Amino acid sequence: MSYFVNDKGYYGDFGGAYIPEMLYPNVEELRQNYLKIIGDESFQKEFHQLLKDYVGRPSPLYLAKRLSKKYNANIFLKREDLNHTGAHKINNTIGQILLAERLGKKRIIAETGAGQHGVATATVCALRGLECVVYMGEVDIERQAPNVARMKMLGAKVVPATSGSKTLKDATNEAMRDWINNPVDTHYIIGSVVGPHPYPDMVAIFQSIISEETKKQLIEQTGNDQPDYVLACVGGGSNAMGMFFHFIDDENVKLVAVEAGGKGVDTGFSAATTFLGKEGVLHGSRSILMQTEDGQVVEPHSVSAGLDYPGIGPQHAHLFKTGRGQYVSITDDEALQAGLLLTQMEGIIPAIESAHALAYLEKMTFTGKENVVVCLSGRGDKDMDTYMKYFNL
Amino acid sequence: MSRIKELFQNKKNILSIYYTAGYPGLNDTVNIAEALEQAGADLLEIGFPYSDPVADGPTIQASSKQSLDQGMTLKLLFEQLAALRKRVNIPVLLMGYVNPLLQFGVENFCKACVEVGVDGCIVPDLPMAEYEELYQTIFEENGLSNIFLVTPQTSPERIRKIDGLTNGFIYLISTSATTGQHLQVSEDTESYFSRITAMKLNNPTMIGFGINSKETFDKACQYANGAIIGSAFVKALDPNDLNGSIKTFMQKFKQ
Ligand SMILES: Cc1ncc(COP(=O)(O)O)c(C=O)c1O
Repeated sequence: MSYFVNDKGYYGDFGGAYIPEMLYPNVEELRQNYLKIIGDESFQKEFHQLLKDYVGRPSPLYLAKRLSKKYNANIFLKREDLNHTGAHKINNTIGQILLAERLGKKRIIAETGAGQHGVATATVCALRGLECVVYMGEVDIERQAPNVARMKMLGAKVVPATSGSKTLKDATNEAMRDWINNPVDTHYIIGSVVGPHPYPDMVAIFQSIISEETKKQLIEQTGNDQPDYVLACVGGGSNAMGMFFHFIDDENVKLVAVEAGGKGVDTGFSAATTFLGKEGVLHGSRSILMQTEDGQVVEPHSVSAGLDYPGIGPQHAHLFKTGRGQYVSITDDEALQAGLLLTQMEGIIPAIESAHALAYLEKMTFTGKENVVVCLSGRGDKDMDTYMKYFNL
Repeated sequence: MSRIKELFQNKKNILSIYYTAGYPGLNDTVNIAEALEQAGADLLEIGFPYSDPVADGPTIQASSKQSLDQGMTLKLLFEQLAALRKRVNIPVLLMGYVNPLLQFGVENFCKACVEVGVDGCIVPDLPMAEYEELYQTIFEENGLSNIFLVTPQTSPERIRKIDGLTNGFIYLISTSATTGQHLQVSEDTESYFSRITAMKLNNPTMIGFGINSKETFDKACQYANGAIIGSAFVKALDPNDLNGSIKTFMQKFKQ
């Protein structure tokens, strides 16, 4: 069984490029060129140089001793929160900006939920001197204010998305409309493993640095590059795919993907896609999405803006359907408590997105021997407002 | 002969109107179709609304949202359209996004179209390859046309391929844009239209996106068999005087 994309752009039943003709030339240009460009030696050299000197990679793999003791397992945290700009998102935007330059693009657009991808995009645009427009839901602009200010300071134009739930899905719609209206000079940097082929594969490749490093670090620290579990939160699924990538074919490594349960999977305020969704098409690919019987997309809910999305990437849908990955969910409350716990036991304030992955440790049972890697996808600075309100700080 | 074929054989300067089903009132769908035929429309495109219409500008986004909020579904639309062929003779296409169609089931959708007398459909985000591999047979068995879009950036080889796959007309998008903008016929647009004419395609062509006045309509008709008006019509609909607003709008194009 292959868990990776085939030459038609599919992962089993999922993937493809369900896009209007207006987007076809852009997406096709990308499809024909992405592997060639990424495989090129000069690209690899520049990409890895920037990851090292600008992003600060490799990110540490940190054995969290107190957490390990509490859960009776060796809990390793993959510290994507220590990256420049504070999350894993920059791995992808560095890759895509280098690619956009090689395609001769002059203008960059992006969607953002938590603002982390928007900041990461605005950052690389500042770095390379390219025009940057970021679409962000009105609701998210409010709950992630520090990131909005960062994007503006970096020189990006932040455009509010005012339709639908005014969150990540709607920001993605607006970015796609922008791309339709600017078909020649613009590259759309999608922030997760979603969208039409080749985006899910391309973003996964750029994020795969996470598991590539983790394997090496595990060998150094434990003598074995195969942990028992890897855990990551899933919005669209890019940090999870980066964390899973080099473990996917190691069938004895259990892959755990943590979705946002919101107020509870059955409350009507949730973003737990694999629990609530059905197969369908959203944002250019066939995947699993939350929808009505009539095929209208349902508005999701999560306390965490980065997970507040009604779909998951097609490769995740495939891992879910084949049973290769275990898809679980964590509520808003559980995530916030896990965020506080990590802060007070290890001195690390996690992004609320990442806190979802940490919270699932609470529901697992260990025998003391297991090696467990949790992707700490981002830091919690952007979420201080939410933490302060919730814990009356 | 199919209604679409017959139309293109007998008429020039074909005026096609797009509107959103279930808007402004949930039950206006067939009333609008009838009023449009009486006011001189040659072809209708009835949009079945979708929550995330990425190819549409603000006008059609808003009409789609209102229609959905009022309770429109594909199932309800087909119930409404049961009355279509008692009241309307011109060809009718359904236009919408692929996800509602997939949930309804492509085969069920095609059968329902035939039952109510719909002649074909336009599904902008259904890719050609998937159509060819999975759905073409179902469409053809049911005698339905599937209309594809072409933009100024579509390559000649791809246009040829589309021409071979479709059997109604080819929908030429004036410029790569979301719906609801104003057509500006620049030199580039003219050379795009002329390039298509010179290809001598098997199928007739219609120009759409940005047609909002008699002037832009006439301009489009110089290069194609007709033109499609969408957002400008939807914007003109007055819920308090539906028939009046339709008549007034259509008069501008019929002078
Ligand atoms: C810190 C962090 N983690 C996770 C996510 C979710 O995205 P993905 O599922 O693509 O990793 C986001 C998105 O904004 C984020 O900022």
